[in-house]
This record gives sequence, structure tokens and C-alpha cells, in this order.
Amino acid sequence: MATIEKDPVLVVVQLTGGNDYLNTVIPYNNGLYRDNRKAVSIGDNQIVHLDQTYGFPSFLAPMKQFWDEGKLAIMHGVGYLDSPRSHFRSMDIWHTCEADKVGTEGWLGRVVREFDPKKDNVVTAVSFGPCLFRALSMPGVPVACVAGPLETYGFLPGIQDRAQRQAVLDRFSRMYTPIPGSGVLEYLGTTGLDSLKGADILKVAPGRYKSDAKYPDTPIGRKLKGIAQVHFADLGTRVFYCDHGSFDTHAGQNPIHASLWSDLNKALEVFMADLRAHARSDNVIVLVFSEFGRRVRDNGSGTDHGAAGVTFVLGEKVKGGHYGDMPSLEASKLVQGDLNPNMDFRGIYSTILERWMHLDPVPIVNGKYEQPAFLN
Amino acid sequence: MAHRDDIALMAHLMRRAGFGASRDELEARVANGYEATVEELLHPETQPPVDPYVLLRYQPSALLPGGVPPMGNVNYMYYLVTTQRPLEEKMALFWHHVFATGNSKVDNYDQLLEQIDLFREQGMGNYRDLLMTVAKNPSMLFWLDNNQNHGTEVNENWGRELLELFSLGAGNYTETDVREASRAFTGWTFATKIPRLPYGRFPWKFEYCSEDHDDGQKTFLGHAGNFNGEDIIDIIVQQPACARFICRHLYNFYVADEPQVPAWSLEPPRDPAAIDMLAATFQANKCEMKPVLRTLFTSDFFKNARYQHLKSPAEVVVGTLRLMGGYEIPRPGCGELSMQPSYMGQDLLNPPSVEGWHTGQEWINSGSLMSRINFVAEQVGNTNLPGVQAIVRRLQAMGVLEPEQMVDSCLDLLGPVEVGPDTKKVLTEQAKQWGQIRWDTPAQIEASTKQTGELLQLIVATREYQFA
Repeated sequence: MATIEKDPVLVVVQLTGGNDYLNTVIPYNNGLYRDNRKAVSIGDNQIVHLDQTYGFPSFLAPMKQFWDEGKLAIMHGVGYLDSPRSHFRSMDIWHTCEADKVGTEGWLGRVVREFDPKKDNVVTAVSFGPCLFRALSMPGVPVACVAGPLETYGFLPGIQDRAQRQAVLDRFSRMYTPIPGSGVLEYLGTTGLDSLKGADILKVAPGRYKSDAKYPDTPIGRKLKGIAQVHFADLGTRVFYCDHGSFDTHAGQNPIHASLWSDLNKALEVFMADLRAHARSDNVIVLVFSEFGRRVRDNGSGTDHGAAGVTFVLGEKVKGGHYGDMPSLEASKLVQGDLNPNMDFRGIYSTILERWMHLDPVPIVNGKYEQPAFLN
Repeated sequence: MAHRDDIALMAHLMRRAGFGASRDELEARVANGYEATVEELLHPETQPPVDPYVLLRYQPSALLPGGVPPMGNVNYMYYLVTTQRPLEEKMALFWHHVFATGNSKVDNYDQLLEQIDLFREQGMGNYRDLLMTVAKNPSMLFWLDNNQNHGTEVNENWGRELLELFSLGAGNYTETDVREASRAFTGWTFATKIPRLPYGRFPWKFEYCSEDHDDGQKTFLGHAGNFNGEDIIDIIVQQPACARFICRHLYNFYVADEPQVPAWSLEPPRDPAAIDMLAATFQANKCEMKPVLRTLFTSDFFKNARYQHLKSPAEVVVGTLRLMGGYEIPRPGCGELSMQPSYMGQDLLNPPSVEGWHTGQEWINSGSLMSRINFVAEQVGNTNLPGVQAIVRRLQAMGVLEPEQMVDSCLDLLGPVEVGPDTKKVLTEQAKQWGQIRWDTPAQIEASTKQTGELLQLIVATREYQFA
């Protein structure tokens, strides 16, 4: 495609475990916040005000910069109807957009299939994490999964002789010819061949990456660096995915929550600066989500599983601001002690799909949802 | 000589009820008989336990906290690779999958190893007793925050996962039951955690604080009373859903891959009759695990499920190391080996969440497939390892081998592994480039040994080899 404009890219950061919404975007004037958060709250002197209503804890300071620049959209009260309090069901629902049955197709797997139905590019989606997230999983859709360093990614690196290695890899590729209808064997065949191709393509990325950016030596820092390396290499990757956690702060929440956000913020700050310094930020947005928020009332040292949460979208083309309102903290408005979601996460996906990726969101998120207008 | 089918069936039993076995061991077990082998596996006390002092003698650091690779992994891998009680160890791994407790939070490998020990001791005993011990296990109490579950401030973490993941499965209780169960476990905690530095951890001990227990009336699954945690467990194990849930776990782990646990309330079992049979045994024997395992391993559905299970990373690594041999004594480098399952997506003692690992097809993605193939290939390609040499000796005893015979024999000695015709064609092509395999001169022996290693490498890279 001969256009000067670069294809839009989506980076997803998954906050695994259920991020505490109330201590991330704090309704600092709301007396009910203090009433419910006797032990697990952010002190007034630790809150950076965004406006008359909301503040960030100081460990989100870099995010405040993006907010001031008008490049951070805050989506309030995100969730879905009848939220189960289970991490796994909830994460599955976010991943598959299927609230009533266990889905096997991830929403981003569908996106990759739309972009690349003929599988011309096996690195259309690249995941940095321990496993293939269900959001990316889709039969027949390749996703490169990088668990360790990008530099040593490939099959049978032990065979030194190039010709011999090539011969063995040729045999390997023939042994993995997918047999249609053979179920798991077919899946293995496709995965084997795709990873063979993916490794060949991705191995160029670290070499092409020239940057002085100093990423923090943390898991999330290494993942975002990997994403930058592949993004800079112009391999046609449209979807990047990584995870960060665990945000399951039932106990001892204050220090854990602070260090998790601080690690993420430091890494994101370097990542965005790296992209900007190399004029590669214009076609990137970053979606930061968690499977649910946490209970309004703390349990003395942490918070239990809740319902509505907060979702962020960050990027040069994002229209910063608040979208929706924080659900009421009034006891009568809570559902089993939790904030009642008033924005469906599938609406956020729909905005991204329609206005950023230029895809029809309906078949991807399984329906029509109101779209918060955080993108032009 | 043992019949080929008997060897194949015994190899299947040993892959599932253990971590595989060498050809010598398989032949000895076939001579004893299948039922006798099942009985031996069910009675681990007839075999010697792992000697932890051997580990300490060679790796004194294996009991020191912290470190890279972590001492927890080194210890656990030593037990997995050297045990002579395969089913006891496999059941411990099974319960580790179910009661998934992770060092990411517990940050105390001593205590996690102690939890694995309790799975070894009670894993084949009574499930009710096991559940009771787990409910009092300090790692579990801390992992699911029951030490923060107070009479005045209920923390639902343990109460919820007990029902959702450890006993009944979603759909078999209400939110009220979660709340009430959590109330019943208030006051179940452990003696104060002492900071790790500078003297290392003090062992954690279960503690019941009656003053922190909610003494009020509770209603749980239709029963009412002033329940404590024990009562909740007694009510749980009476539920037919409990028998079915645990048996489905067993089926998924030992027989054939099921969908992931969150799907179980929505999707019927792969083999409903098998679950019925196992659950009936479980209930008739009042939660005793041994009769259930006996039913399972002697059933036709088990015997017919060969290669219906995608090996977990632990099965890949442990199975390979046991077959290759030479790891009985913890040599330098055993620490790095203990990290291998984590590179394939299964960090032992540190599951990604309380749900445990997603199994079956979900073990495989482009990154993990690469890690597992690369690891196994490196091992079987090392012709200095006793396991490879044992295969070479058996091949040598067969004399001159045509390419087809070479492929068949290597497949047989590595499993037997069953491969499809297309895979066999590629393997045979590889063997044909060498022509006849001969063992007459030292030069021929050297070349043939090297070629054996190369063929084994290609075999373990096949799709078929990823199944057990």
C-alpha cells in the first residue's frame, strides 16, 4: 500500500489481577471515598489534582504529564453487566467479548484476521509475555509470542552449521504441514510454521533498533523496549500486547499498588519519549486496562474483587479528558458493595476499532455499543 | 521378549502416572504385569523416598532463600527427576495445578516446598482431609489473604477460590455462599510473619484466633448453623458437584485434555461416562483418592487415551531428564535445568494465578513451542548422556539397520512414539541420506552414534512428540 501515512498501531497493556480504580483516579472531594477507605487510601498530600473532582496518586505523575498535554483519555466506570467477581471469567470476557459463554476467539485475534486474512505477515501481532493471551487467540491466526529476549528467538539454535541447520529447518517445516481437521495437530502444525517464519522476521529487529533510550530493567520495561524494537523495525506489526501485574491487592495494598504503577509509569514514560524522539509516536495508541476494579470499602489492608474499573487510552491522536463519570459511591447505588459499571468496555474497543483501526467493530465485539469519542 | 503392545501400554501408564520410563524399566514392569504396576504406584511406601541430603551434599545452597535460579525450583526439580515413587510425585504436581499457590506473592520457597510435601504425603489419601490441611496451610492462607479475613472485616479471597477452583466449580454456589464461607473461615491465620532478613525465614505455623472469628449464624449451601471452617469443608465434600469437579480435574490431568476450568460450568465433559464412573467411586469411597485412581488407571477410557494429552512443560522437562539419565546426582548446571519449565510457560511453584496453568493446547504458542523443542533436542542430541547411549546400545545389538528400520527403532525406543505417515516420510528421508547404519568399525560406530542423536533430535521436534 503506497501511502505516506503509517498504518495505525495499537499497544495493549494488560493490568492483570484487578486494578483498584478508586486509588488510581481518586474522587478526592468525595467524603464517601474517605469513609470507605479507612486503611487503603491515598493521603491528600499524595494526590496530584487533575481538576476539581479527580486526582492521581503521586506515583502516577508521568501519566499526569500526558494528561496535561491532552493526550490521555480516562474512561470511567468501565465494565459490563452482571460482572462476575472471578478474575478468570472476567479476563476471558474482556478478551473474547463473550459475556454469556466461554469464547475461544479473542477480539484482537479477529482484528489480525481482518488485517491479514491470507496470513501474509505472521508478525501482524506480537505479544510480549509468558503465554498467548486469549485476546490474541484465534484459530488460524498467527501471533508471535516472545517470552524471553528478542535476540535469541528461533528454532534449534544449537545447530551451528548454516547449511545443516537450513536442511533440518526445511524438514521441520515439512513435518509441520497442517493437516486440516486434525484439531490440536493442525494447531501445532500452524503454530510451528508460523513461529519458524516469525523468528526469521523478528531476528532483524534488535539490529535495526538504534536508540539511546534507557528503559528501566523491570519486566514491563523490558517488554515495552521489545515493543519499541519491533515497532521501529517496520515489520508491519499492527497489534502489540503485554501484561503487567499482579494487581490482585487483597492485602498490603498501598505499597504494592504504588510500586506496580510506578514501574509501569517509568517504563511508559521512556517508551513514549523513545517513540517521539524517533518520530514514531504519531501512529501509536496505548490501551491500558484491567479485568475489573476493586471493592469500594477496603478490608483493612487491601481490597476485594469489585466491578467497574478505569481504562486509559494514551497517544498523540487521543483527545484527552474524562469520558463518562465515576459511578456513584452511595451505598444504595453499589452492587454487592461494588461500583456499578456505566460504560461497557466493548464501547471502548469499538471506538478503537472504528476510528483508529478503521474496522467494523460490530462483528469483532459482538454487537453495537456506545462509543466514547476519545479519537477523532 | 515383551510384546510390543504391552510395552506401548506400559509406556502410556508410566508417562501419565509418572514421568515416563526407560526401556529397561518398561520391560521389567511388563514382566510384573499392568495391574501389579498400578498397585505398586498406588503404594509409594514400598519404594524408597527421595534423599534430600544428597541434594544438600552437592548443592548446599539449595536450602538458602533467594538466589537465581531460585532454590525452590532447584529443590522441586530434584524430587521430580529422582523420585522412585512416580505416582506420589505426579499426584503432588496434580494438586499443585489445582491448589495453585505462587511465589510471586508468597515470596517464601521454604513454605511452598512444604506445601508440595503435604501434597506428597496426603495427595493419595482422603480429599476431605487434604482440603482441611490445605485450608490450614500457611502458604495458602497468605496467598489467598485469609490472614486478613477478620470477624469484623471479611476478606473473601480464600472463601471464593475454595468454592470456585478447589472444590465445586463456578455455578454450584451463590455469592451469598461465598460470603458465608468466608465468614466461617475468619480467624484462620498463621503465626506472625517475621521479616526474611537478616536471619532467614522463620517457619510459618497455622494459628486459629477465636477472638477474630465471626461467631454468628451462617447459611451455607442450604445448611444453617454457627459454622466454622471445618463445617464448611464437610458440607462441601458432600456435594455431588465436588466429586464431579475433582474427577474432571483428574481426567484433564491424567486422561485427556479438557477445556480450561472456567469453561466447566458451561461445557460438558469430553467423556461424561468417565466422569460419572470416577465421581461414583469418589462418593462411594467417601473422598478416598486411591480407589478413584485405581478405577482411572485400570479403565478402558484411560487405556484408550494414548497421546490424547499435550505434555505440560513439567512433563516435557522431567520426562526428558529422567529418560536421558545422568541427573541422579545434582550436578553443576542443575539450577538452570530447573528453570526450563518456566521458559516453556510453567514456572513451578509460581503459577500465574490461583487458577493455575491453562493446560492442553494452551501450553503451545509460537514462543513456548520453540522453547520446548529446543530444550528436548539439545538433550537427545547429546550422545554422552546415558539415556542416549542406552538407545545406541540397543540399536547396535540389532546389527545393520536399513533407513526404515533405523527410524522405526528410534521411534520405538523413545516411546514408543506414534507418528503419522507424512512425518515418517520426512524422518525416513533424513535416515536415507546416511544409507545403512552399521556398527562394524570404531569409525562406523562413531558416525552411527552421531546419526542416532540427529535422528532423535528430529523425532522430538515432531508434533506427535508433544503428546503423552
